[in-house]
Amino acid sequence: MESEQTTMEATKKNGPGSGRTPDAGVEAGAADRLLAVAAGREVPSEVHEQVLRERPVLEVDRFNLWYGAKQALHNITMPIPHNHVTALVGPSGCGKSTLLRSVNRLNDLVPSARTTGTMRLNGDSIYDPRVDVIELRKRMGMVFQRPNPFPMSIYENVVYALRIDGEGNRGILDEVCEMSLRGAALWDEVKDRLKDSALGLSGGQQQRLCIARAIAAEPEVLLLDEPCSALDPIATGKVEDLIQELRGRYSVLIVTHNMQQASRTSDYTAFMYLGRLIEYGPTTEIFTKPILRETEAYVTGRFG
Amino acid sequence: MSSERQRPRRLRSAHSNLSAHGEPWVWLTAGSLALAIAMITGLLCFIAIRGAATFWPVPLELVELADGRKVLGEVTGRQTAVQPGRDAPEQAARRLVRTANFEFTGNHYEWIDESAITATTLPEWATAVDRLEGGRFHGFPLRLMHGEEVVAAGAEGVWEEFERIHPAARERFRAARSIDKHDRGVLQRRLRAARLDVVQAGLSSGLESPQRAESVKRESEVIAAVELEEKILDQKTASLRAQNAGWGVEFETPGGEKTILPLDSIVRAWQPNRLSLASKAQLYGARWGEFLADDPREANSAGGVFPAIWGTIAMTLIMAVFVAPFGVLAALYLREYATRGPVTAAVRIAINNLAGVPSIVYGAFGLGFFCYVLGAGIDGVFFRPSLIADNQPTFGTGGLLWASLTLALLTLPVVIVATEEALSAVPNSMREGSYACGASKWQTIRRIVLPRALPGIMTGLILAMARGAGEVAPLMLVGVKKIALDLPIDGTFPFVHPEREFMHLAYLIYDVGFQSPNSEAAKPMVFTITFLLVAIIALLNLTAIWIRSRLQRRYVAQQF
Repeated sequence: MESEQTTMEATKKNGPGSGRTPDAGVEAGAADRLLAVAAGREVPSEVHEQVLRERPVLEVDRFNLWYGAKQALHNITMPIPHNHVTALVGPSGCGKSTLLRSVNRLNDLVPSARTTGTMRLNGDSIYDPRVDVIELRKRMGMVFQRPNPFPMSIYENVVYALRIDGEGNRGILDEVCEMSLRGAALWDEVKDRLKDSALGLSGGQQQRLCIARAIAAEPEVLLLDEPCSALDPIATGKVEDLIQELRGRYSVLIVTHNMQQASRTSDYTAFMYLGRLIEYGPTTEIFTKPILRETEAYVTGRFG
Repeated sequence: MSSERQRPRRLRSAHSNLSAHGEPWVWLTAGSLALAIAMITGLLCFIAIRGAATFWPVPLELVELADGRKVLGEVTGRQTAVQPGRDAPEQAARRLVRTANFEFTGNHYEWIDESAITATTLPEWATAVDRLEGGRFHGFPLRLMHGEEVVAAGAEGVWEEFERIHPAARERFRAARSIDKHDRGVLQRRLRAARLDVVQAGLSSGLESPQRAESVKRESEVIAAVELEEKILDQKTASLRAQNAGWGVEFETPGGEKTILPLDSIVRAWQPNRLSLASKAQLYGARWGEFLADDPREANSAGGVFPAIWGTIAMTLIMAVFVAPFGVLAALYLREYATRGPVTAAVRIAINNLAGVPSIVYGAFGLGFFCYVLGAGIDGVFFRPSLIADNQPTFGTGGLLWASLTLALLTLPVVIVATEEALSAVPNSMREGSYACGASKWQTIRRIVLPRALPGIMTGLILAMARGAGEVAPLMLVGVKKIALDLPIDGTFPFVHPEREFMHLAYLIYDVGFQSPNSEAAKPMVFTITFLLVAIIALLNLTAIWIRSRLQRRYVAQQF
């Protein structure tokens, strides 16, 4: 209730101010939602039936986020299906990465960030004040835009999550390391140099190492923030193949700028625009027969 | 409209000039660097050459003067002085001769006008003698005496015999002196400890208590035992000295005076005019060895600087041990935990300003706080007997520990600033990656941030060590002494004595150079000590740089 009020207030504040947007969207309704969004008006999200039928691993519930006075996410409500790959697409600055970073509460590190609404991971609230953020993050894995291996050996990178939990059993660590590296399709390339510095790997290998690190602790949801944007096409191909393999075993939420990547790798796709969820449905439908013209325009590259 | 399209107005020039290419700036920057390099290498070469030359044997020139006087010595300088003449100023060349033989000439050095010199020769048997006391002696050996008995006569015979028996005599002398200096010192400390026990017993249990009576009894036992041991030591030293007694070398000075130098007072004697290059090199090495390994003598202007080397290295290392954790922890809080805001900014500015406070102020603070407050407090709690019975502070005065702490304080800003920069250079993506793995802030700092920042922190430590090792002013207030032969680590309980006063090379430079009664003779020593200090600092830094490069290889490889 309170969250909606704040949203409304923010809407009112933004509405008349952004004068350069033509006011045509009022009558056009669903036809020109993007303009309406740009004008700061509340528009409903089009969520396909099929998404709602899936068992959700993560539920985003009327989630709003502000950086200082600027609202970055508007009233987002979306379930993320269990053991499927869900892609977040949309033009730059639409809040995809912000949403992703809100899932494991990395935005807590930004002093000016403020949220309303909630998210639930397998039914457990993420934004409850009593939640221990560290416990929470241990249930998720995350991979960033640029590969960020730690300044330590390949082996230590992979078992980092276990190390910080104080796991010292060599057998367990070795097993997890091998399984994770195999899971990230990196084992054959690095098995002979596990003790070498991770910084000596190529960019693509580093990114797969980061994926291995993220899946080492058996996360309930895997967050990928444009994992291929800093990679060359060959490395991108390998990482995409890897995401294909992860499908069905892990619940993956991936942010991407690349429409082909979204269509190739994901089961579900959500289209976001200026901090709002516009349309969300099975990837095949979003790319072939979306409900909204705007979504079609975006995914076919006519806009954005 | 169409004409404009045909001849578009050129906004940009088709030519490029010198300033566009920036060549003058290359010259300017290169010139600045060249100037800096020239100054640094010039200074270092000057110090290295003058410092390394000190111990090379210089020929002894026998200078005969017009008035019949003869002078034997090393020529250490020449100059052309303009002397005011009656009609016009005259150019007069003169040379500075190290005449030595202070007891006969009343001088160590003498300026001799070239015009007064009739002849200069290099006599083969001219001998330079380093003595324990009285400075250098120059002369010709005549006879080797044992009491009244002449053991050998004639320069060659004397020298052969001298070289045969001198090492053993020196060895006996050293043994006797070591007994006097160390063994007797140990006995004195035992006596003092027993006496202080009595005082302590009196303080804690009362003057009439059985405990005090017990310790008085123990003290008398200790006194008896020490007396017994002292008798043994007396016998030992007496026998050692008796063996050396009576042995002496008779020398004739160029002025014709004859004198007998006791054999064991001769530290080293050589005939530079007779030496081959190889034996010169050997002598050079031996004198360096003495310089590095021996205690100083003659008000620090001769002998070695071993205690000062020890003091310098110990102080620098203890300082590093204190300043590194303090500075790193402070910087960690400032960079990683503290909220950005006016307060942190003010703290940061204050820290930077601390680096500009004159070092003597730190010295005064160290004396006032560490020695007189902290030290006096420690004395009051743990060393009351010494304070009451001897009125002698233990920690309540300058010492190695307080000097190290003072310098740690002095170099703290350097470490904090360097550490902060190193921490801010750690990419945020690494921190986020660690948080995303479920690491806490501290785990992230300990496992990711600190290892990655370690090379930068080491750089700060290197700068701090270089700055601290070269400081003199604060040390003069908090524990450096002109002579302090007792090292802070030795064989007597509790083996480590951080409260002891110590010697320091940088202070030695000041002392030998500016406080020495025989400043001309001390001048080469000043260069040698400076050379040594620079070498030690360079060595410490190279070690730190080596460690840093190892860390760098481990943690900060190239990304792509």
